[in-house]
Amino acid sequence: MAELLRVEDVHKAFDGFPAVRGAHLSVEAGRVVAVIGPNGAGKTTLFNLITGVLTPDRGRIVFAGEEIGRLPAHLRCRRGLGRTFQLATIFPRLTVFANVQVAVLARQGRSRELLRPAARFGVEETRAILEVTGLLSRADEVAGTLSHGDQRILEIAIALGSRPRLLVLDEPTAGMSPEETAATIGLIGRLARESGLTVLFCEHDMDVVFSVAESIMVMRQGRTIVQDAPEAVRRHPEVQEAYLGAAGA
Amino acid sequence: MVTVAPPRAPAVRRPAAWLVAAAVVLAAPAVLPPFYVYLGALVLVMGLLAASLNLVLGYGGLYQFHHGVFYGVGAYALALTITRLGWPAWVGILLGPLAAAAAGWAIGVFCVRLTRLYFGMLQISLGSLLWAVALRWYPVTGGDNGIHGIPLPAPLQTLSGAYVFIAVTAGLAFGALWCIVRSPFGATLQAIRDNPQRCQVVGIDVRAHQLLAIVLAAGFAGLAGVLYVVLERSVFPTMLFWVLSLEIFVMCLLGGWFTFSGPLVGAALIVVLRAFAGRHTEYWTLILGTILILLIFFMPEGVMGFVGERLRAHGRGAVGRRSAGPAAGRGTPAAVVAEGDGAADPGAGREAATPPAADDAGGTEVARG
Repeated sequence: MAELLRVEDVHKAFDGFPAVRGAHLSVEAGRVVAVIGPNGAGKTTLFNLITGVLTPDRGRIVFAGEEIGRLPAHLRCRRGLGRTFQLATIFPRLTVFANVQVAVLARQGRSRELLRPAARFGVEETRAILEVTGLLSRADEVAGTLSHGDQRILEIAIALGSRPRLLVLDEPTAGMSPEETAATIGLIGRLARESGLTVLFCEHDMDVVFSVAESIMVMRQGRTIVQDAPEAVRRHPEVQEAYLGAAGA
Repeated sequence: MVTVAPPRAPAVRRPAAWLVAAAVVLAAPAVLPPFYVYLGALVLVMGLLAASLNLVLGYGGLYQFHHGVFYGVGAYALALTITRLGWPAWVGILLGPLAAAAAGWAIGVFCVRLTRLYFGMLQISLGSLLWAVALRWYPVTGGDNGIHGIPLPAPLQTLSGAYVFIAVTAGLAFGALWCIVRSPFGATLQAIRDNPQRCQVVGIDVRAHQLLAIVLAAGFAGLAGVLYVVLERSVFPTMLFWVLSLEIFVMCLLGGWFTFSGPLVGAALIVVLRAFAGRHTEYWTLILGTILILLIFFMPEGVMGFVGERLRAHGRGAVGRRSAGPAAGRGTPAAVVAEGDGAADPGAGREAATPPAADDAGGTEVARG
């Protein structure tokens, strides 16, 4: 299968603290890939580097054959990189509908359209995304009033508004109840199967990771230890010591 | 869809009601004494100025601390066109908003590189430069005397003529602002206010949108400056002084900065309060200060925010709630992130600390990209 994203020996330090020092990652089109690692392993920093919230100190990030490591976030999005954040990041004062519509308008290149009402544009597509994510019945509610779990789902819906080729999810089920977690995992699996979406996510919950991921990359102290199929990762000695061992596997 | 204005009573939506309102406003000079006509015109001018600020403040979430500068630039552009260049007044009336928009671009292009408070501080600095020019360049601007008795075309020389011109122009400007707020750009601007970082990763060039909002807002402020000259036939450097900028900031907060009509209401309250309380005491700002303190405690979302909330409470269940109530979070995105940060995983250390840090450092980080 074609490789959609390749991360080669990427480094990033904050005020001398090396958060990421040698990350490698390969994501093939149409796959669901997970990144795991203990707290502070550099997972969120890696995702910020991939999506353009941060720029790497060195190393290469290649997306669909193009080096994107130096592009600002909004241009990476236009090339097909969508993401969610570890903490629910939505537009709290806008309606649920408007939250998704803003992303759809941006992708359509209409976000500087000044004089015609926004109510005319991207309505069908926005409703379709709300339908898929199960938020359609709440379209007119103010997003800030949604429950934490629904806000996380809304984040994914916003990301879908950009029609990404690769969807990057930073701990999509953090802070969710078991029921919400199951629903979210179901949604991610459905998106990957039905829309052919490529998904890259990081997660603390091992059950979640091994239930949906087709390939797992393990990080520790900013470095990539291994990337392989779930079963191979489970048997890897350094992984057992670093991570699964601590979890009592 | 994306409006933050409170739901209105259905009657106000009907064109007939708007026509009646317009007729009442335009008929004012025929029935009211001149003082009230003057006061009405002043309310419209200051209301337009405050509404233009609110495009960037309430809808854009930018701390536009020195918006008065663009009002002054518009007013001076008209005054100088007539008195120094000797060109016709209508040229100056068109040049005013354009000059103000150009000043908005020149100042905004630097300010949007900074976030929050730093944005506001830089704007005060750059704006004060223009104030100093107006204050000191005697041969051109008249220095601290300003320029008085600016000759306008005959129809604008009477109070009622000036009033009608101001009412029609301000009405059209409010209409244009309303269209902008409801447009895809307006929706995007509100999304940027709520969460700039999220906007970047859905493909929005945040700075370009903020700059466009500043240019538009400055243009409307310049138009308000032009209307002030039509009303007063004079300009003076205090129009560019930061005290006026603070006053229109207060108008927005007082009226309700998350509503469309709030700034006009706030402007009306302050202009009328000064006109009447100012007759009796030099210290009318004491009254204003007391009102502001009460407001912060009892109506933190401003007068129109409060009214909208009452209306929603009244009609809850009947009409879908479209606008943000207080439950939608008064907290800034940063506050929300900070709260979530602590709750999510106290031991997460470096990783959990990254998103809020990136949020505030967004300006610097992306600058390198």
